[in-house]
Amino acid sequence: MRREASAVRRFTRSKAGNVVYFLFLGVFGLFSVLPLIYCVTSSFKPLDEIMLFPPRLVVVARPTFENYLSLPNLLSNLKIPLSRYVSNSLFVSILTTALYVFISTMAAFVLAKGNLKGSKIIFMIIQFALLYTSYTLAVPQYLVFSNLKMIDTYAVYIFPYLASTMGVFLMKQYIDGYVPNALMEAAEIDGAGYFRIFFRIIIPIVKPCILTLTLFGFRDVWSAVPQGTIFSEQLKTLPQVMAQITSGGIARSGSAMAVTVIMMIPPILVYMISQSNVVEAMSSAGIKE
Amino acid sequence: MGNKLRFKGPKSGFTRKIPLYIMLTPFLIAFCLFTVIPIFSSIVLSFFSYDMVGKFDFIGLDNYFRMMMDDDVFPVSLKNTLLFAIVTGPLGFLLSFVLAWLINEFPPKARTFLSFLFYAPALVGNAYFIWKILFSGDSYGYINSFLLSLGLITEPIIWLKDANYIMPIIMLVQLWQSMGVSFLANISGLQNINGELYEAGSIDGIRNRWQELWYITFPSMKNILLFSAVMQIQASFAAGTIAVELAGFPSINHAADTIVAHMMDVGTVRYEMGYASAIAVFLFGLMAITRIVIGKLLDMVGK
Repeated sequence: MRREASAVRRFTRSKAGNVVYFLFLGVFGLFSVLPLIYCVTSSFKPLDEIMLFPPRLVVVARPTFENYLSLPNLLSNLKIPLSRYVSNSLFVSILTTALYVFISTMAAFVLAKGNLKGSKIIFMIIQFALLYTSYTLAVPQYLVFSNLKMIDTYAVYIFPYLASTMGVFLMKQYIDGYVPNALMEAAEIDGAGYFRIFFRIIIPIVKPCILTLTLFGFRDVWSAVPQGTIFSEQLKTLPQVMAQITSGGIARSGSAMAVTVIMMIPPILVYMISQSNVVEAMSSAGIKE
Repeated sequence: MGNKLRFKGPKSGFTRKIPLYIMLTPFLIAFCLFTVIPIFSSIVLSFFSYDMVGKFDFIGLDNYFRMMMDDDVFPVSLKNTLLFAIVTGPLGFLLSFVLAWLINEFPPKARTFLSFLFYAPALVGNAYFIWKILFSGDSYGYINSFLLSLGLITEPIIWLKDANYIMPIIMLVQLWQSMGVSFLANISGLQNINGELYEAGSIDGIRNRWQELWYITFPSMKNILLFSAVMQIQASFAAGTIAVELAGFPSINHAADTIVAHMMDVGTVRYEMGYASAIAVFLFGLMAITRIVIGKLLDMVGK
């Protein structure tokens, strides 16, 4: 279905054009990754090297794991072990992502192929609601949390994200583009019910989109910071601890870098796994009006 | 039990559709509870005075008058939000297209690598904390010591507590993270444009890259571009988090207070829910109008 655009070379560039082209890519590439590289290298530097003047970007003279090893001690005054934050983060992110992908895929299937009355209007509302995320909705959502007695429970991490419309939107567009109606009709003639069609036929076809939603879902939930809805220390996740450590000033900047590196690893791993599917899944992401 | 007989043979229309309703319901419940109801309840609440414990007092448009005339922070936060959105929205939108367009010509392996490079800052979400350390106010902050060693400044600048610098810094960090979902969608959209369109274009007299971009690429990608615009509007208006993390709230001289941050402060700290709802309604309206205007603008592309 895809064409390699690079196979079609059509226009050449002037020499000056080439210089601008690579300069632009180079400058922006460095702007993107240098802070991340600096963060990774600094996390392996002893304090005196971090405080070296002028600082070194890449070179680490005496690499050490001190910043990582000291993290548990740093948090010992909080009475909650670091492992608790890590497990909270993993628990919340994995559970939410799984529910989000499953619920969104089911709803998208119904909206794309169910021919239910009102599907079109519901989808139009969903498409418009892409505009509003839990940041802009935080205060109105707070009232719902409070009425449902969800404040200071794991529920505030999980439920609002299930309402995120991105998943249903991307998946519905993908099903429209990749699941032919003829296939649906054939399955219906064979007497397959909708559950069977969904699990046996749809799921295998939409796998690239499932992996893509997993990436987006995990990435969002992993870094989410609840707004005024979590107070108990034992319910907090890594991003909230990260905020505490990074505001600790220069003496703690090694640990701050270390905790940032730890935070970076899971989303990057999920990206590595899903990456080859993302381009295919996103090709149907357009909004049609 | 006798009813069982009815289900034999070909299923009737509604019975057959029951699974569809079952599959749609979980999402609809979540969507109603956490998106539809919050939006509508804030419209209603914006006409009331409500502090989460006392009773509702209907006060008409007072919350809106207060927003416009009696709140010192609101105009500043509105100005900051608009400034922020006007700079980072279009820039983020353009950059996420231009970079995708530029790397589109690379061979697949290089393209994969470059996509990762540009997407990485958005991928690692909270990593904007790094900038807090890079911009730290003493001479050990990376940027301070760099400028000091170049002799451009003689004393360290307390970047994040300086009203002149804080907004540009937050914008920079936002741009750093703006190659997100919209960037990926652009890459994908460019990859999927039918090559025959370009061949037909060159027969029809398209002479250079720019004409090709305007007459073929943009129109073929209009839907993706609208999606990308929605993503950028969403991010640039919701910029409260980065601002609060980097500058604190209230920031120095309110120089980096945004509407979202102000709304959180009024709502979840001071519990003035009626007033916070009015601010929310204002923000929703502003975003919706921007979204509609951009939809219309994109309609003109390639004509």
